[in-house]
Amino acid sequence: MTNKSAIDEGAPSDQSVSINAVKAAFEEIGQMTRFTMRFFKEVLKPRYEFRALLKQSYIIGYKSFPLIAITGLIMGLVLTIQTRPTLASFGAESWLPGMVSLSIIREIGPVIAALIFAGKVGSGIGAELASMKVTEQIDAMEVSGLNPFKYLVVTRVLATTLMLPVLVIAADAVSLFGSYLAINLKGDISFQLFFSQAFAAITFTDVFPAIIKTFFFGFSVGIIGCYKGYNSVKGTEGVGAAANSAVVIGSLAVFITDMIAVQLTSLFT
Amino acid sequence: MKNTVAEIKHLKKSFGTKNVLKDISLKLEKGENLVVLGKSGSGKSVLIKCLVGLIQPDSGEVDLFGKEISELTNQELNVLRKKVGFLFQSAALYDSMTVRENLEFPLRDLPSADTTDTEALVRDALKNVGLEEAIDKMPSELSGGMIKRVGLARTLILKPDIILYDEPTTGLDPITSKEISKLILEVQQKYNTASIIITHDVPCARITANRILIIKEGVFIAEGTFDELSASEDEWIRSFFI
Repeated sequence: MTNKSAIDEGAPSDQSVSINAVKAAFEEIGQMTRFTMRFFKEVLKPRYEFRALLKQSYIIGYKSFPLIAITGLIMGLVLTIQTRPTLASFGAESWLPGMVSLSIIREIGPVIAALIFAGKVGSGIGAELASMKVTEQIDAMEVSGLNPFKYLVVTRVLATTLMLPVLVIAADAVSLFGSYLAINLKGDISFQLFFSQAFAAITFTDVFPAIIKTFFFGFSVGIIGCYKGYNSVKGTEGVGAAANSAVVIGSLAVFITDMIAVQLTSLFT
Repeated sequence: MKNTVAEIKHLKKSFGTKNVLKDISLKLEKGENLVVLGKSGSGKSVLIKCLVGLIQPDSGEVDLFGKEISELTNQELNVLRKKVGFLFQSAALYDSMTVRENLEFPLRDLPSADTTDTEALVRDALKNVGLEEAIDKMPSELSGGMIKRVGLARTLILKPDIILYDEPTTGLDPITSKEISKLILEVQQKYNTASIIITHDVPCARITANRILIIKEGVFIAEGTFDELSASEDEWIRSFFI
C-alpha cells in the first residue's frame, strides 16, 4: 500500500462529509424546533415581563425606525423612477401611483423592511445574548433561581413580532411619500391626487395578508436571533458567529415565510 | 454535631474524550469555608457548576440541603438555588443594568413581603462590601475589584446558606485580592454561611480556608488545613505553598 492510499483511507470520504453535514443540519433544525416550542410554553406561563417587553419594544421598534424610514423613502423613490419609463412607453404614466403603491404594500415594503430588520435587530439580539452567554450572565440569572429564557428570549421574540408590523406600516407610508416626490421630479401631481390614485388601486385583500405576514417575519427574526445567541459556544468567536448566522438564517427565513404566505394568499384571492 | 449542607458522591464528568472529573466526593458543613485548590484546568469550576446544576454530571450524586438535585423539577431546583449564592470568576454583572438594578434583579421573584424595602436591602448589601457610593453606576464604570465586590453584594442579597466562589481573586492585584479574601472571611463570620472557594491563589486560601482539598487531574489527592498541607511530604502539594 502506498503512503497516498494510506492517507486517503484515513481521511473522511466526500460522502461521509456530506452525510455528517446533513445530520448536523437536521440536528440544528430539531434543536431550533425545541427552542421554539419552549418559547410557546414559556410565553403563556406567569410571571409576565411587561417592563422588559416595553424596554425591548422601545429598543427594537423605536430605535429601528430611522433606518427603516430612510430605506422606505429610497425604496419609493427608486421604484418610481425605475418604473416610469416602462409605463411611459405604453402611455400609461397615470398608472404609476397605483402600480407603485401596490408593489410597495403587497411585497416590497414588508420584505425590504424585514430584511433590514433582520440585519439590524437579528444581529443585535444574536450578539447581545451570545455575549451574555460568554460572560456567564445567563448562568448568573439561572443560579439566582430565575428564568433567563423568559426574561431574555420571550420578551425579545414578542417585541420583534409586535414591532415589525408597525415598522412595515411606517415604511410603506414613507415609501409612498418617496414615490410622490419621485413623480414630482419629472411631472406635477398634487398630494391629494397621488394618494387617491394610490389607494384606489389597493384593496383590503392587498393590505391585510401583507400585514399578517410581517408578524411571522418578526417572529422568525426574533426566534432565530435568540436561538443563535442563547446557544452560542466557543467564546468571543461564537459571538461573531451568532450575530452572523442570526442575520443569514433570519433573512432566509423571511424569504421562505414570504413564499409560503404568497402561496396561501393566492388560494384565497 | 456536624450539619452537612451539600454533598457530592462519586461525581464524574467528561467533555468529549477528556475526563475532567474522575471520581469526586466531598461534604460541606454548615458555617465552613472549604477551599478547593488546584492548577488551572483541573476541573475546579466544573465541580461547583455541577453542584448548582449548571452542568449535568455524567454520573454521581449531588445533594443540596439533603435533596438529590437530579431528582428535582426545574421549579424545585430554582427554589433551592435561591439558598445558594454563586460568585462567578468574572462576577457576571448584567452589563445593561446599573449596580442597583443588578442587585434588585435576584429579588424579583421573591414574595412581596420580602421585598417591601428593596432599596434598604440593596443599600445594606452594598454597605457590606463598602460600595454604597457605586449604587447608580454601570458595571463598565467600575474597576476589577469593585466588580468583584458588587458581584459579592448581589450574591449576598438573597442571604444564601451556601456561597460558591469561582476564582474570587483572579485578575486582581495582591492588595485587592487580600481585601476580597478578608471580605469572604467576614461574610462567613457575619452570616455563618458555608462556602466552597475555588482558587489557585494560595494567600486567598490561607486567609479564608477552614479546610483545603487539593484537586489534581480530576481527583482529590489531599485534604487538610493550610498548615497541614503546607508541611506535606508530597513535593507536588508542597510546591503550591512555596
